[in-house]
Amino acid sequence: MAKTLWKGNEALAEAALRAGVKAFFGYPITPQTELLEYMARRMPELGRVFLQAESELAAINMLYGTACTGTPAMTSSSSPGISLMQEGLSYIAASEVPAVIVDIMRGGPGLGNIQPSQGDYFQVVKSAGHGDYHAIVLAPATVQEAVDLMYISFDLAFKYRHIVIILGDGTLGQMMEPVEMPPFKEVNGGEPPAWALTGAAGRPHRVITSLYLSAERLEALNLHLQEKLARIKENEVRYDTTMVEDAEYLIVAFGTVGRIAQSAVRQARTTGLKVGLFRPITLWPFPERELDALIERVQGVLVVEMNAGQMLEDVQRVVKDRVPVHFLGRMGGIIPLPDDILPALHTLCGLVRSRNGHRVRPVPA
Amino acid sequence: MAIAELTPPQIASRPEVALAAMQVVYKRPEALTEAYTHYCPGCSHGVIHRLIAEVIDELGIRERTIAVAPVGCAVLAYEYFTVDAAEAAHGRAPAMATGIKRVLPDRIVFTYQGDGDLASIGTNEIVHACARGELLTVIFVNNSLYGMTGGQMAPTTLPGQVTTSSPYGRDIRQQGWPLHITEMLAMMPGVAYAARRSTHAPAEIRKAKKAIELAFRAQIEGLGLGIVEILSSCPTNWGLSPMEALAFVRDKMVPVYPLGDFKVHQALAARA
Repeated sequence: MAKTLWKGNEALAEAALRAGVKAFFGYPITPQTELLEYMARRMPELGRVFLQAESELAAINMLYGTACTGTPAMTSSSSPGISLMQEGLSYIAASEVPAVIVDIMRGGPGLGNIQPSQGDYFQVVKSAGHGDYHAIVLAPATVQEAVDLMYISFDLAFKYRHIVIILGDGTLGQMMEPVEMPPFKEVNGGEPPAWALTGAAGRPHRVITSLYLSAERLEALNLHLQEKLARIKENEVRYDTTMVEDAEYLIVAFGTVGRIAQSAVRQARTTGLKVGLFRPITLWPFPERELDALIERVQGVLVVEMNAGQMLEDVQRVVKDRVPVHFLGRMGGIIPLPDDILPALHTLCGLVRSRNGHRVRPVPA
Repeated sequence: MAIAELTPPQIASRPEVALAAMQVVYKRPEALTEAYTHYCPGCSHGVIHRLIAEVIDELGIRERTIAVAPVGCAVLAYEYFTVDAAEAAHGRAPAMATGIKRVLPDRIVFTYQGDGDLASIGTNEIVHACARGELLTVIFVNNSLYGMTGGQMAPTTLPGQVTTSSPYGRDIRQQGWPLHITEMLAMMPGVAYAARRSTHAPAEIRKAKKAIELAFRAQIEGLGLGIVEILSSCPTNWGLSPMEALAFVRDKMVPVYPLGDFKVHQALAARA
């Protein structure tokens, strides 16, 4: 199939249609609004449900209701809107119904601005709502990868009866790239699953709830959720690497920054610096084992993010004190460019030198 | 000898005949489970549940009805109806019900919500469900306070009423006036039926059942959203006996919250 030019937000919407989404609920917020607008045009064309909600709170709870019927459904928003959705996310996770959410991050905290950011890592990866669980978080670096991840997100959500969040930033949502769109398909064969609320016709009535008044039953639910998360952790880790085979230094970055870091790696290589890139695609489950294996072979790690160091905590958790970890973060909507990353790499090399003395290869100027 | 030819004393003297002669005139509606409810003695929730179940049975919609339960005293309502049910976050039942109804338009979806749920934390969700004219039925139970959390002031609390969070009585200068949300919602074109009823006497309960039926018919006939506010007693949090609590509804609540129809779609008017 030929490639066509797509804006990130619209590509995500079209990919969701092709992945089998049957209902979309959303609320306008920059920089993801084109996704909602695209759905407003296309969903009725396909005889599917589009509804603009009165708030993000309502949107996530509409999604929760639709999810209870076993219908593939989604919402999309940006950072402040995702904050409002935290309530619904927690109920969805506890109720074990499938839901897909797109978060096109903008600068924060507060109203912040409408420029790109990765400041939602904590709220999306660590605690998408109260209680003990993680959502599955997919972080695309290109519009094509956004399409590819959106295309599998409903299958993942239904397979695990869980939340899948596609975490991009304003750059990804707004930029245009050539994309190959996948064919149309149905989720779960187009049939409602056996747990869905469809009306108690000729069968006992079903209940979907997140209320467990008995401490023992609530603990049992939590243990079950933890067991499910362990299965996801075992099966669904995704990541990408660039030139890590002989790397002495490693950059770890996700999403748009991962892609910029790839350019920085190539530039550094031309100066003789053996640097590679590790790009987590699933932020949860975080590719711990895969990163861990690389740490054994490198002398230092540089984490680059558009925040004050959020994924950094996960990287430090994996690296422990084995090698120095240096951090470069830009905020406020400023995108770190290769020209920012290369000096940070040099700083890292300096850290490694001072720690290891003569055993380190000198860094080319 | 045929039963019809026996005199009442003759029937009574023969248990097997007496049993065969009995007719079932009152039974558990099919739409109610056999569970014992957790509601306090004298609380109106049980009566209201039964009215809804009777209406569901009589309309023949049990197998295609989906309920959405609230947060509050009726949080476990899904245990008591033999229909599919979901438990919503506090105040969000109309949004959740919207999500269900929009993808299953041939199902009958109702929410069951208290006054803290619908008239405080969930005002945005109910107002916009009405604004969109969602084909939903809303049973709104008003007992003038937050029951489940132990009797705090709600937007519906009466002026001067003492609650655990208005210990000096609700002072309208500080805490505002009771919210007449059903009257407000009745103004919206998307609402096909809006009424207030009470449970303080058998005649009122019968009227409440009729209103519940119309609120379901508004949905079934595609006319718009149907809402019934039902004044309900809370002996536990009011510190009254069940009988005193019913008198409180009649003498204190009804004057503030007048009973009646606020909106009846013309297609329903003949049945009202």
